[in-house]
Amino acid sequence: MWKNVPLFPEQASTLASEVDALYLTFLGISIFFGLLVAGLVIFFAIRYRRRAEDEIGRPEKAGIWLEITWSVIPLAILLGMFAWGAKVYIGAFRPPSDAVEYFVTAKQWMWKFQHPQGNREINELHVPVGQAIRLTMTSEDVIHSFFVPAFRVKADVLPGRYTTLWFEATKIGTYHLFCAEYCGVEHSKMGGSITVMEPADYEMWLAGRDTGPSVVASGQKLFRVKACSTCHRPDSATLAPILHGLFGEEVELEDGSTQIVDENYLRESIMNPIAKLVRGYKPLMPTYQGQITEEEVLQLIGYIKSLASDATENQGPESDSSSPASTPDEG
Amino acid sequence: MSDTVTTPPRRKHYLNVDYGIKSWLLTQDHKRIAILYLISITFFFIIGGVMAALIRVELATPLGDLVEADTYNRLFTAHGVLMVFLFLIPSIPAVLGNFLIPLMIGAKDLAFPKLNLGSWYVYNLGALLMVAALLRGGTDTGWTFYTPYSSTFADSEVILTALGAFVVGFSSIMTGLNFIVTIHRMRAPGLTWFRLPLFVWAHYGTSLIQVLGTPVVAIAILLVAAERLLHIGIFDPALGGDPVLFQHLFWFYSHPAVYIMILPSMGVISELIAAFSRKRIFGYKFVAFSSLAIAVLGFLVWGHHLFVSSQSIYAGLIFSVLSMLVAVPSAVKVFNWTATLYQGSISWQTPMIYALGFIGLFVIGGLTGTMLATLGIDMHVHDTYFVVAHFHYIMVGGAIMGYLGGLHFWWPKITGRMYSVFWSKIAAGLIFVGFNLTFFPQFLLGYMGMPRRYHAYPEEFQILNVLSSAGATILGLGYLLPLIYLFWSMRYGERAGDNPWGAYGLEWETSSPPPTLNFDEPPVVTTEAYDYLSLREKKLA
Repeated sequence: MWKNVPLFPEQASTLASEVDALYLTFLGISIFFGLLVAGLVIFFAIRYRRRAEDEIGRPEKAGIWLEITWSVIPLAILLGMFAWGAKVYIGAFRPPSDAVEYFVTAKQWMWKFQHPQGNREINELHVPVGQAIRLTMTSEDVIHSFFVPAFRVKADVLPGRYTTLWFEATKIGTYHLFCAEYCGVEHSKMGGSITVMEPADYEMWLAGRDTGPSVVASGQKLFRVKACSTCHRPDSATLAPILHGLFGEEVELEDGSTQIVDENYLRESIMNPIAKLVRGYKPLMPTYQGQITEEEVLQLIGYIKSLASDATENQGPESDSSSPASTPDEG
Repeated sequence: MSDTVTTPPRRKHYLNVDYGIKSWLLTQDHKRIAILYLISITFFFIIGGVMAALIRVELATPLGDLVEADTYNRLFTAHGVLMVFLFLIPSIPAVLGNFLIPLMIGAKDLAFPKLNLGSWYVYNLGALLMVAALLRGGTDTGWTFYTPYSSTFADSEVILTALGAFVVGFSSIMTGLNFIVTIHRMRAPGLTWFRLPLFVWAHYGTSLIQVLGTPVVAIAILLVAAERLLHIGIFDPALGGDPVLFQHLFWFYSHPAVYIMILPSMGVISELIAAFSRKRIFGYKFVAFSSLAIAVLGFLVWGHHLFVSSQSIYAGLIFSVLSMLVAVPSAVKVFNWTATLYQGSISWQTPMIYALGFIGLFVIGGLTGTMLATLGIDMHVHDTYFVVAHFHYIMVGGAIMGYLGGLHFWWPKITGRMYSVFWSKIAAGLIFVGFNLTFFPQFLLGYMGMPRRYHAYPEEFQILNVLSSAGATILGLGYLLPLIYLFWSMRYGERAGDNPWGAYGLEWETSSPPPTLNFDEPPVVTTEAYDYLSLREKKLA
């Protein structure tokens, strides 16, 4: 009966064994203290059971050292577990630099994925084994949560902003994908699967389907169609900041504060351009809220990021414009 | 205990002083108000319990085949809302605290008797709103009302339910305020702070949370209603709001609210362990101050509900370490209770069985809580059945075990009657076994990865779910029994003496049931709390 009922989830990512080691250690400590207390309670309750109707317990003075001991020991253990847990957590939320970026758009009640090569999937995601994969995720409606138990990863997926998560699959197979944040009627159906493949198989799988244009190519097309390129020119920063080399850099805003150009800032600047205007620019840009889908925003961002990594590929030569924070007038 | 035959002139006490319905509905006697609360919360416990039963039946099979997904969502929402707002939060404070605090401190009543009665009416008004919401189809947001689902997307009675919770919150504030003033101002001569029963200390901590925390959830709930009605952008990003802001506001109250549920229960357990060990609680001051420490630290840990909600890593680190700190005073309590048993005179009466059961369940609930506070573990088990199991160990295993233990302990004082010892021990055993069978498998399910609030689930989770549902049947039976034998005892139970357990405490020095003004002569306190030596000498003298 128990053969098909595993009591422990599969370990299919680099993170899984780390989380399990932490968990099992903590479980061991817990069992030790649990049994200690239970054992003492049962032993005392029997050993000192009342033997005469008018018997009373023997009063004793509280020992301050005893109190300190049983405060400090748990505290020390808990702080140790905190530190270990923090280490695992920080690792889980800081993707390695060579991670490949996939886009995830959640909506009631489905998951939409786009591979960097352009391939789109719904409720299923195919990934190569042994490759760090970074998910940039957003929601079109309510809060969802991306959860793959076999990878031990989970992150909420929010409307109006991006959250990220990364994993590196270590084992070929197909694993459950769940939505872990309650999101309405079909919450429990908002699942799917992650299929981990050999890199060669993954390439074949990609090739065997109509991949469509890559994320960067789609973004580049949008950049033109939505007339972004009218003002965001590679050779002139008069009307709008030059976007080449901008991603990951710091810009100065109107109020003198600074802002790192990340996915969330780019998204905000597309949807609500005047919210955080770069210093020296007039609020000329119209809002794209409602005129562009979340997936298109992601493609645009993908394109803008590609400008950072390779300025010449998409827009012709302008080698001098990729200096950081290339705003026109500083002062 | 043998003077049951020789009571020819009927003694007047708070129950027989008047019989009319008006004498109950307009009473200002804290003891009668406690009974009113007892009736109300028992009613909602039964409704919430029936919903839990339906949930467990549904989950016995992986396919959602008993009720529709939408119905299921409304069931778990109603279960959570009723159990949290209408049962757990008022349970021990409004029933046992209401009845006992004036007795324990030698006062005639609470400081504000009318406010006390008012709180019961406010409670029922809020409850009425929630019942109205249920009758109109219920709410499907979960008891946590997360935005923007609750504020923009949900198509159910969100406003009515939220308004109900808002109103009930005021009854909680009224009770807390009343307790704080009463404990400060109305202690009997000689009853210094460090002679107070630990039950009173625990309620003092609880009251602080009720008064300081409840307004924040009231604000959060009102903002959700405002966004639904007026479409002002507070939580919905489409309107320029921030959905995570709601989670901060909600948990700023709702995490301390967990301590509103568990602290009074810890107070009860301290009383039970002292009484059935006939011994002063080991480390009295540490146990007393740990209640305050929990109340204060409890306000600083809400962010541990947001470890995977896009909260910054640094916020996660701080909330994680603070959550570890709040575990220490809880551990201190457990160790002190255990040390109290050492060289005690331990009697295995029904309330003590609940107390010992409480320690076991609370230890499991507390340790799994520190696991959840560990960042690296939480990101895997967050929003899974591991969390469901954990908070049921605290809120059902902890709070309800304490509540039932307390009810069995003070029942002879409240009613003047004794219940069946045999059946009460059977029930305590069933509840302990049924509880563990229901909720322990859920820890395993959670680590396996089964998310909470799932109407249907993959097949491999079925066996553990069946075990859990089977456990729920036993647990349900365990809860049904006290309902029967306690009712029965009110009429047929043996008359209990004034102090059937031989326990220390002012409440045991007055008659059972107590007179309307609690004491025939105002008591004066000359001994420390739980001074069983003096109690024995007094008896011998």
